Amino acid sequence: MTASRTPTSSGVLSEHSWSDGDPEATGATGAGAGEEQFAGHSATTVRHLLSIADLGREGILEIMRLSDAFAEVAERPIPKVPALRGRTVATVFMEPSTRTRLSFETAAKRLSADVMTFTAATSAAVKGESLRDTVETIDAMGIDAMVIRHQASGAPLRVTDWVGASVINAGDGTHEHPTQALLDCYTIREALTTRRNGAVPPDLRGLRIAIVGDIKHSRVARSNVLAFTALGAEVVLVAPPTLMPVSLESWPVTTTGDLDSTLGDLDVVYLLRIQSERLGEVLLPSLDEYHWRYGLTRARAAALKKEALVMHPGPMIRGVEISPEVADLPASLVTRQVRNGVVVRMAVLFHLLGSGAI
Amino acid sequence: MARRDTQTEEIVIRGGTLVDETGERRGDVLVKDGRIVAVEEAIDAPKGATVLDAGGCVVAPGLVDLHAHLREPGGEIAETVESGSRAAALGGYTAVVAMPNTEPAIDSAAVARDVLTLGEVALAEIAVAGAITVGRRGEKLVPMAELAALGVRLFTDDGRGVQHAGLMRRALEYASGLGVVLAQHCEDEQLAAGGHMNEGAWSSRLGIAGQSALAEEVMLARDLALARLTGAPMHFLHLSTAGAIEMIRGAKADGLAVTAEVTPHHLALCDAAVATYDPVYKVKPPLRTSFDVAAVREGVVNGVVDAIATDHAPHAPERKDDPFDDAPAGMLGLETALAVAYSALCASPEQAAVTGDGHGWVTRGQGAPLPMKDLFGLFSWRPARIAGLDRDGRGPRGGLGGQGGPIRPGAAANLAVFDPSFEWVVDPSRQASRSRNTPYAGRRLIGKVRHTVFAGEVVVEGGAPRR
Repeated sequence: MTASRTPTSSGVLSEHSWSDGDPEATGATGAGAGEEQFAGHSATTVRHLLSIADLGREGILEIMRLSDAFAEVAERPIPKVPALRGRTVATVFMEPSTRTRLSFETAAKRLSADVMTFTAATSAAVKGESLRDTVETIDAMGIDAMVIRHQASGAPLRVTDWVGASVINAGDGTHEHPTQALLDCYTIREALTTRRNGAVPPDLRGLRIAIVGDIKHSRVARSNVLAFTALGAEVVLVAPPTLMPVSLESWPVTTTGDLDSTLGDLDVVYLLRIQSERLGEVLLPSLDEYHWRYGLTRARAAALKKEALVMHPGPMIRGVEISPEVADLPASLVTRQVRNGVVVRMAVLFHLLGSGAI
Repeated sequence: MARRDTQTEEIVIRGGTLVDETGERRGDVLVKDGRIVAVEEAIDAPKGATVLDAGGCVVAPGLVDLHAHLREPGGEIAETVESGSRAAALGGYTAVVAMPNTEPAIDSAAVARDVLTLGEVALAEIAVAGAITVGRRGEKLVPMAELAALGVRLFTDDGRGVQHAGLMRRALEYASGLGVVLAQHCEDEQLAAGGHMNEGAWSSRLGIAGQSALAEEVMLARDLALARLTGAPMHFLHLSTAGAIEMIRGAKADGLAVTAEVTPHHLALCDAAVATYDPVYKVKPPLRTSFDVAAVREGVVNGVVDAIATDHAPHAPERKDDPFDDAPAGMLGLETALAVAYSALCASPEQAAVTGDGHGWVTRGQGAPLPMKDLFGLFSWRPARIAGLDRDGRGPRGGLGGQGGPIRPGAAANLAVFDPSFEWVVDPSRQASRSRNTPYAGRRLIGKVRHTVFAGEVVVEGGAPRR
């Protein structure tokens, strides 16, 4: 029942990694290296969703199209379809996250799947069981998909070696959070569609998107860099040096430490949460200092283009990465992001488990 | 004891090429009563003698490992002195220095005596390294002189570096005159900052906390300054960065009494392996970049590096069934070390293709292969000297000693017979270690130990343990 991954099989390194190849070999540090990196991925053959790189451009666009269909379902009086009737989805959350778990469970239920919930607080993990034993036990109950959240990077990839179910990464350590990136792409696409009176844009080409905050420790940033650039957007990472990854070799992005200098060029400002733990690690002098330098204040919001969009993956700390009054401006898509989360996760579950018509 | 019974066995090792510090030559070897009694072009086997076929093989002094974690006492679920020594024998080792990070640590004469006693029936000579500080806590010095009197030659808190510079200075000063060597695991814990892999392009991409090369190099720089100040000899364990190798080169050029070891895995694998997130690739110091691997190989080829040591670190299987961040660091090494080093340093380009380049393996470049004599020097007589295991009949316990050759009549019969053309695929389930955490599982390696003779006893014959 395990999909064995022998050390001699080729292609494993590229399967889930940032791009096909050695970061040392590409030597790319700036913009422009992105688009062709993701061109080789097949859109239809993935069984797991561990990284945005598993989908590539075509896979992301396929999820967008499926999401459109499920958005229509969500508008119905009874927002439920039988697409996954008889299938079982287990959510395995080893790190607390009510929002993402509820979003996945709602999505699964709207597809008529049965849902099993496993959280660390109720689990054997606290009794010292290994991750392998935990997930093998759940898998043995007969499930079709395992949605896993884990505090360690790469845990979902390890799990694919141990279970027969499709594995969906719901956030692993500081690595990736692919469904967040998908719902972010969908939310931007939806805002552009509204602006164009219903004309759906082919992708995100022409947009300049700043991701601001703790890039180094952000799984959302890693997935969004892959997703936004795969769809043709230009990405600039904005952070103090202590919160920037040590090496950006092969990342198809530009960087700056100066948010103010880039505000006027942006189509989207994507703010990341600043965790107070970072103060203990002396990565920041104080949250106030961060707000002074990188917070989206009213003054900074005024320096944005009129139609620029403001996004945040939540939970949002008002007064740190964003001023309270800016969070409630119409430019803010934060509640749209949450709503689209369910629709996009329906699309992901259907993409991996479903067959035939919705 | 089994060993004493079989020491009377007569053995002829026939048809091999002898390689030791004096050079390379054709020769058969006759062993009797634990000693080499004849080395000649061709020897007729006496009646009843065991004949070991060494056709196409190198016959070398047994290997000496400066750095193995045998886990006993306290970690018997992962390894014991006995199981570790069997792994060692299969790898061609006839002597192993057991690291002191056991539970309790080897920080007293009582624990050292226990491990030495366990070693008396092992399949290789077991020497012990003592801790530098009590409980390896970095606070108080161990009774170094008492341990030295038991024959302990190396002291280290391995698994951790001694963080406190002032304490390290006192340790070096106190050790002077005892005839011992302090060995450092170079890792500044503040700079390492809990990193689980090498800090760089791969850690950034994979989202795994990185550990800078500086964590190793800053402590090495500190200790080189302390060695200069105190004049005490020092040995540096498992160096892994280009910068560290360069610092050792400079220190030796300045005449400091320092030695350095590197591991087979730092000679063969780079941090790209971690893209699998398989904790079997988690180790301290972490697998470095391919640039560092090239620099470590260069240090081995040009003689800056004194020894290749395994850092054999068994962990029970379930410990590696957790995510990368949560799993313990360490890899098995004893059964694969010589083959990995041969594949990485000596194999012809055609042979090198055999190992493949996936999972972080850095394929050997176009440079000249490391001469066989240099390879065995790194594995045998040079580490034997660092550990003080070269002297015959050394120590108050009457150990046989005489490790590292040369191969000549009268010498202790510690010999490894290595077939450099044998290709094999590493199968963790067929290893002698109690643990399975080899990073080479499924990988094809070049070269295998065919026979091992320890103190005049055939402990491995045809690649299988005799007992």
